[in-house]
Amino acid sequence: MIYTLAIFAPLAGALVSGLLGRSIGDRAAMGASVLGMVVAAICGPLAFFQLVAGGHEPGVISLSPWVEAGRFHVEWALKYDTLSAAMVAMVSFVAMLIHVYSIGYMGHDERPRYRFFAYLSLFTFAMLMLVTADNLLQLFFGWEGVGLCSYLLIGYWYDRPSACAAAIKAFIVNRVADLPFAVGLSLIFLKFGSIEFAVIFPAVAAHAADTYSLFGKTFPALEVIGVLLFIGAMGKSAQIGLHVWLPDAMEGPTPVSALIHAATMVTAGVFLMARMSPMMEFAPYALGFVTFIGASTALFAATIGCTQTDIKRVIAYSTCSQLGYMFVAVGVGAYEAAVFHLITHAFFKALLFLGAGSVIHAMSDEQDMRRMGGLAKLIPVTCALMWIGNVALAGIPPLAGYYSKDLIIESAWGAHSAVGTYAFVCTVLAAFLTAFYSWRLLFMTFHGRSRADHHVLSHVHESPYVMLVPLFALATGAVLAGWALQGWFVGEQEAAFWGASIFNGPHNHALESAHHAPGWVKILPMLMIAGGIGLAYVMYIASPLMPLKLASTFRPIYNFLLNKWYFDELYDAIIVRPLVGLARGLWKVGDVAVIDGIPNGLAGLTSGGSRQIVKLQTGSLAVYAFVMLIGVVALIGIFMLIR
Amino acid sequence: MNEAGFPLLSLVTWLPLVGGLVILSIRGDEATVAANARWTALWTSLIVLVLSLVLWVKFDPTEPGFQFVESVSWLPEYQVGYKMGVDGISVLFVLLSTVLTPLCILASWESIQTRVREFMLSFLILETMMVGMFCATDFIVFYMFFEAVLIPMYLIIGVWGGPRRVYAAMKFFLYTLTGSVLMLLALLAMWLYAGTTDIQTLMATQFPPAMQKWLFLAFLASFAVKVPMWPVHTWLPDAHVEAPTAGSVILAGVLLKMGGYGFLRFSIPMLPDASAYFAPFMFTMSVVAVIYTSLVALAQEDMKKLIAYSSVAHMGIVTIGMFTFNEQGIHGALFQMLSHGVVSAALFLVVGVVYDRIHSREIARYGGLSDRMPCYALVFMLFTMASVGLPGTAGFVGEFLVIVGAFQVNFWLALLGGSGMILGAAYMLYLYRRVMFGRITRDDLRHILDLSPREWAVFAPLIVLTLWMGIYPSSFTSFWDASVAAMVKHHQAALETTIKIAGMTH
Repeated sequence: MIYTLAIFAPLAGALVSGLLGRSIGDRAAMGASVLGMVVAAICGPLAFFQLVAGGHEPGVISLSPWVEAGRFHVEWALKYDTLSAAMVAMVSFVAMLIHVYSIGYMGHDERPRYRFFAYLSLFTFAMLMLVTADNLLQLFFGWEGVGLCSYLLIGYWYDRPSACAAAIKAFIVNRVADLPFAVGLSLIFLKFGSIEFAVIFPAVAAHAADTYSLFGKTFPALEVIGVLLFIGAMGKSAQIGLHVWLPDAMEGPTPVSALIHAATMVTAGVFLMARMSPMMEFAPYALGFVTFIGASTALFAATIGCTQTDIKRVIAYSTCSQLGYMFVAVGVGAYEAAVFHLITHAFFKALLFLGAGSVIHAMSDEQDMRRMGGLAKLIPVTCALMWIGNVALAGIPPLAGYYSKDLIIESAWGAHSAVGTYAFVCTVLAAFLTAFYSWRLLFMTFHGRSRADHHVLSHVHESPYVMLVPLFALATGAVLAGWALQGWFVGEQEAAFWGASIFNGPHNHALESAHHAPGWVKILPMLMIAGGIGLAYVMYIASPLMPLKLASTFRPIYNFLLNKWYFDELYDAIIVRPLVGLARGLWKVGDVAVIDGIPNGLAGLTSGGSRQIVKLQTGSLAVYAFVMLIGVVALIGIFMLIR
Repeated sequence: MNEAGFPLLSLVTWLPLVGGLVILSIRGDEATVAANARWTALWTSLIVLVLSLVLWVKFDPTEPGFQFVESVSWLPEYQVGYKMGVDGISVLFVLLSTVLTPLCILASWESIQTRVREFMLSFLILETMMVGMFCATDFIVFYMFFEAVLIPMYLIIGVWGGPRRVYAAMKFFLYTLTGSVLMLLALLAMWLYAGTTDIQTLMATQFPPAMQKWLFLAFLASFAVKVPMWPVHTWLPDAHVEAPTAGSVILAGVLLKMGGYGFLRFSIPMLPDASAYFAPFMFTMSVVAVIYTSLVALAQEDMKKLIAYSSVAHMGIVTIGMFTFNEQGIHGALFQMLSHGVVSAALFLVVGVVYDRIHSREIARYGGLSDRMPCYALVFMLFTMASVGLPGTAGFVGEFLVIVGAFQVNFWLALLGGSGMILGAAYMLYLYRRVMFGRITRDDLRHILDLSPREWAVFAPLIVLTLWMGIYPSSFTSFWDASVAAMVKHHQAALETTIKIAGMTH
């Protein structure tokens, strides 16, 4: 009951503020939306603690049938197990904080704000439906629902062309990934006769030997399913190749970036993989692919993060990179570590985004770090909070990131496979870069000499309490969550905590071997972090001219990174432009000239021909007689010849 | 007499015509005639709607065969009768027609100002023909309704249409008529072979496989134009662009379903071997339709043309689903037809709203409407999302079931057919962006009004239906569940018999 309330309260808030917003007024609409979230934020964590500590039994709350077509049958239902409940608790709590923060942040927007709050609450509802799905179709409902809200919120300032473009890009890139996802669901239905978790998971072992033919070759069916679903996850979680929408998504208001593009929606892919663990455990090659993509993304996004100058984009690439870490954990079989990092990351990344929002707010909407600097004295609270966020992100003990991120690096090492080693190298290097870009961000924003103009500087002010209190709450999470939750999520109580919600195959000892990693594996990331921070200090505090010099010395590399490995340009050249050209071509040539041209041409021929024939009828008897004579002569001639 | 106790289907079919006669008898000056014609048409169509709701309540979904059956001997020496009846496949299309007609009449309340009486008359005749076509269970009766639908539609486009209305109306008429002549030949051949035109008897008749192929091609010529399938689709954008809003709504909502309905009623059950033989061909044409027309939609500069092309793409999904011959595919095809009937009808109404105000369909003419028309923006967004196939709206269920059904046939069929999911998002969101987002740059848009109460009344039922179909589709799929199951079984049994016979002769 409490659980159901946690999920539907945001929907109620969204409906009230969205549909009645104009009649009941902005403040009331905002109140309704925030109230719905507060209810959810009380019920969600409560339901979680009841499950893991209060002795409640996991189960399924069935709501109503949904789609029925012959053998195909799915329900609207809420799954209540550790994985879902943990996600519900995190999502509802973080979303509530971000709603509160938005009251302050959106305060200066000249438009009515009910629309913003309706979208935000609707998003929360869709996300909660996603994580509580009992079948893959409801998961897909939430999956697309969060996509819609993300689209609406990225394009919230719809009078800006860049925001509209970013919104459409986000939706379409996600759709590209959703198609393989939908096809993957079809394959599951074909093999299992159902897409309900309760039917699929017990049957996985029996279907382990199933095959599916593709490209003229035979593959294990579970591997194909695993890869198809993971492509869907790559889109939502912005993995390399399908990551291009995430940085552009920063066009949305900052609370949106914090909630959707850091804490919740982008982690849906990781959640999907954890949810599908009973199936993924039987698809080792698909898992290898997951590891490879995750590790590559972790490193790739971190390299770009080092050169970006927009404060939000640095954090966006950092999100991309951290999601890569989570997929590495999934790929080596440490789903628990992936979800653990997902939860801790939600706290510190939301903190970083909201802190960045606080900076932007203070700087009169300036986002370029090159025009910041020295803000520590002016907004000390925000500065301190950003430090906490970055310390947690970098993985310095005893903050949250240390527990979860180090575990991922250790489990990559513990996989003892080729791809595991690749992941280990990538994640260790990425840890260095993470520390570097995090401190680069801190130094460029808060320390050193100020580069802002004095008009802006004179207006710099600390944010109001309605914005700072959520930051304090998130900072508490960023400091304590790792230490407090590690026993449950990845420590000694791990097996009892997760119950049946995450499955590890009998051959899978990822967490075990991670805990038994040798000392140097545990020390190495620390050295990397120290190195990264040191380098950032040298480059941005000790000798501030060094970055410029480096950039001009290694211009090709610098440009390559600054332009984000030219992914956008590449896609534009090989996909967008050809398709737009083809579209015009098919219309103007295919439809208008060829398909319409033939019947229109025939019609023209008929009417034109008749017009010519009409001309023959001159009315002159002499001409007619003459023509007849010629005719007779010709006839006789032919007659004679043939005889 | 039947489940309703009286000839319900005939009543629903012919009542609009009675209303039409009443309209004809109105006398007085022009304004009086117009006002009376509007109200008479609206009331007639509403009464028909209420009557047709009896079908919703009394229809027995567990019975796969025809219900509410009526049979009157007509030409007994030729075994032709006036036979009416609905089964799970047709019943909801009857309802779709009776729901959309009053909405269309309401939508043309103010936008039609010339020859109002004749317009309303045409619409009521159109309703009679549409309903009759879905109810007929005799091939001759079906054929008459099927052809007669063309006449009022031809007039609606040709008289109340835009500047190029005559060209569009002629094109519409010629395209659809050409196919129909071939269907008439097929009909005669079937009658000669089976000795009757009763649809139920024809379904049970086994036509020789060679004959089936010819019959199938003749049907294809007729139904493919109606669907419309690529490459005989080009009449549709022209017809839509020139038709008045209400004409477009019925054209997209109901008339396009006639082709799909024809395939399901005749080609697939009566010609199972030929259907199986031509299925790969149908898949190819459908996949081409989905990708080709989606891309063409992306390049459009006219709102109505864009939505017209999107209709072709969506109907491509329908034809894929039907020819998978499995339950998910056919369920999906039926659902997609129904949801397209609601959603594309609504999208044409959405275009009609701004067309009534600004009198332009050119996309570039608009921009930034969200500022002035927040309610309109919401309605437009909802139907955009339904068209894109967002889960929770009507558009998703059909599309997804078709993908599931297509996958059982072939991986690439599912993937390529499903690519409409991506392209659809691209052209619809691009349209929405150009019309609704951005800043208002033109003066006349600064004072544009949001939805009026009359427009809300038109949209409200469609909004409810769109969400209902998305959130609780079972109330619709349950109608045809038994019929589809019987159809799939019948198809498989027929194919097996053919194989057996072939085995015996060798």
